[in-house]
Amino acid sequence: MRTERLIGLVLAALAFTAISGLALITAFIFKEGFPLMMKVGLTDFITSSDWYPREGHFGIFPMILGSLAVTAGAMAIGVSFGVGVAILLTQFCPPRLVGVLKPAIELLAGIPSVVYGFMGVVILVPLIRENLGGSGLSVLAASIVLGIMVLPTVISISVDALQAVPRPYYEGSIALGATEWQTAHMVMLRAARSGIMAAVILGMGRAIGETMAVIMVAGNTIALPRSLLSPVRTLTSNIALEMGYAAGDHRQALFATGVVLFVVIMILNTVALTLSRRRARGASR
Amino acid sequence: MRVPPAVTQRAVVGLMWTLAGLTLGVLLFIIAFVLWKGLPNVSWEFLSAPPRSMGREGGIFPMIVATAYVTGLGVLIAAPVGLATAIYLTEYTREGRLTHVIRFGADCLAGIPSIIFGLFGFVFFVITLGMGLSVLSGALTLALMVLPTIIRTSEEAIRAVPRAFREVSFGLGSTRWQMVTRVVLRSALPGITTGIVLAVGRCVSETAAVMLTAGSALGLPRGLFDSSRTLSLHFYILSREGISMAKAYATASILVVVILAINLFAYWLMRRFVAKVR
Amino acid sequence: MADASHAEEPQGAEWLMRAALAPAGPAVAAGTTPKVVVEGFTALFQGCAVLRNLSLQLFPRERLAIIGPAGSGKTTFLRSLNRLNDLEAGFSRTGRILLDGQDIYAPGTDVVALRRRVGMVYAVPVPLPWSIRDNLTYGPRLAGTRDRARLDQLVEESLKNAFLWDEVKDRLGTSALNLSGGQQQRLCLARALALEPEVLLLDEPCSGLDPISTAKIEDALAVLRAKYSIVLVTNNTKQAARASDRTAFLLMGELIEIGPTEQVFTNPAHHRTAGYITGRFG
Repeated sequence: MRTERLIGLVLAALAFTAISGLALITAFIFKEGFPLMMKVGLTDFITSSDWYPREGHFGIFPMILGSLAVTAGAMAIGVSFGVGVAILLTQFCPPRLVGVLKPAIELLAGIPSVVYGFMGVVILVPLIRENLGGSGLSVLAASIVLGIMVLPTVISISVDALQAVPRPYYEGSIALGATEWQTAHMVMLRAARSGIMAAVILGMGRAIGETMAVIMVAGNTIALPRSLLSPVRTLTSNIALEMGYAAGDHRQALFATGVVLFVVIMILNTVALTLSRRRARGASR
Repeated sequence: MRVPPAVTQRAVVGLMWTLAGLTLGVLLFIIAFVLWKGLPNVSWEFLSAPPRSMGREGGIFPMIVATAYVTGLGVLIAAPVGLATAIYLTEYTREGRLTHVIRFGADCLAGIPSIIFGLFGFVFFVITLGMGLSVLSGALTLALMVLPTIIRTSEEAIRAVPRAFREVSFGLGSTRWQMVTRVVLRSALPGITTGIVLAVGRCVSETAAVMLTAGSALGLPRGLFDSSRTLSLHFYILSREGISMAKAYATASILVVVILAINLFAYWLMRRFVAKVR
Repeated sequence: MADASHAEEPQGAEWLMRAALAPAGPAVAAGTTPKVVVEGFTALFQGCAVLRNLSLQLFPRERLAIIGPAGSGKTTFLRSLNRLNDLEAGFSRTGRILLDGQDIYAPGTDVVALRRRVGMVYAVPVPLPWSIRDNLTYGPRLAGTRDRARLDQLVEESLKNAFLWDEVKDRLGTSALNLSGGQQQRLCLARALALEPEVLLLDEPCSGLDPISTAKIEDALAVLRAKYSIVLVTNNTKQAARASDRTAFLLMGELIEIGPTEQVFTNPAHHRTAGYITGRFG
């Protein structure tokens, strides 16, 4: 029994290391970023549009708008395509084709973000520049690239949500004479509502967190976006671009941006968690 | 005029097939395009030689080595620690407040942008611990980045093993560790391995975090403390600085091939998982 | 694992035949030392008593049926005999359970070894997702048996004792999941027997099985009785009546009555026993 005790201790030690390592990151980021946020003032930090690190002005509002704009655009594409494909895969697609499509879509998730960004630069940006004007490096470009990147997440979680809808719901509706599409949008979608929203939320999390692809196609100008064609800089891009040469307060400000991102992700995850709990409760009814 | 439901259905289904076709089309296009433009530039020399004049000529051998080092070491650290944590949380502790908090924390950290891990790695490993821009800093940072994902996927795989199996094992006179290794892990292994393989894929694709921790030196990394440049970072620099489109495409095609191989492997593992459980 | 009294038992097919021809009814001679002694045993979950001050004895070479309505603590009692209740959160107990004179709840008891001496078959057959042979050799391998020939011997013997050998002898390497429900349960019985235990616990083993599989298991128990002490928990009073030597009636965690099966069923001493048996409640 002594070996058992020892094994338990080793596992506990490893678990403790892992958990404290992760807690360390969280604590570290807050410790580095929080003081600056207090120094500059929380409201100023978030609402000011003046980002002049050398003069000590740290307002991240343009970057917040940039992230918001790009994420909103990405979700517009991600949700419309994603949920549509999810409905197709679960309601209308013959099983053999599903076996091909689903792994293909999951493959999309594995392609490095820099490759997406690169494709954006090489094909999408010139396309926008020639047909719609501006430099091409824009909210639109970033939205499209990000939208494609979040598709696999939205699709696979939505598919899970739709597949979790109890079969009697589907059969009951069909038995009442509804077509498959009527069943799909009036019954299945409503039943899978919380799961699909969880998918959207998690997709949003991915979009907000994306860095490299956005840097390549969004333009990185620190300015409030005026239209879809305006270049923007997101919160994550800001950190990546300035980290290399930031020092002192400047570096703290980047950590403070990290804090903002952290809090946003935590909120999104809590919402997603509550939604999936509601889904679990709903299914057992 | 009311459109009959059957017609609406046809229209909508047609629309959805278009969407699906577009989605699939984009994927195939990206892969095909990169491979078409890049593979012609790939030669044995490309794979085995170091870069010259900042990457304009020569090959990507040091980058391949660097990627292997950083990813390999990172996963080598994260996998056992993550698996041990998952085992400890599911088999050696009771479900309660603490386990819920840990699980939520792991989920949050799995969703944190990789740039933030890069930030932490830069300040903590590179500067505070004095490791400098190095393979070690990069590997440790990547390990922390994929740790939450490995913990969660391992945990899910372990929890999928029916509870009754554990009772049966105890009833036949096993210790807890024997039960974990001979029954639970035996059944959960495909799921766990899939999670680890996907983590490897994530490490290979990762750019932001390694940029700030492993550095971007062009030389061949000989030791843990050498700075080096991974494949994806090299590709990023080549394309962004406009150094060489041809080499950029070539690097990208290698990246895509590696990722495809990793994903296909993970997919094959997943299918074995489903088959066994059924 | 086998104690002195087993030394004179003929092994293999011979004892199988002899046991089958043995007369039914309690084979326990007066004055036999009990195998298991339960003394004032109380089991509590989160402070709530599920078994109250239970005292009974289990003798070698007998089948003891435990009957009673749902919730009377039958399964808890069974699981207390091999300390499986230890795995449940909030379990505590007072009193003693003696196996061959040793309290199994004494501090320092080797619980793992205990569970090898007291084997268990559960209500729902739970074959492990491996081959038939791997299922059967799992227990012995845990105990340290490595010799291939010995393992093969255990596999064959336990399958024969569970009346399953003929049906699966040609496919020991195939998955246990392909067996029917009745076959799986007999496999679980064989799995427990492969450890050569001294006491066999069965928790409603035939619930959910068809009559033929049920009969096969009851036949196996009739034969196994010659070698083991068997405790059979059952919701089916008819099964208790035909497949046991003594019967104990549990009600709300208390032992109401215990005695030779024929006597308990034809002339119960307690009115509650009579009520349960005739179906007036439970």
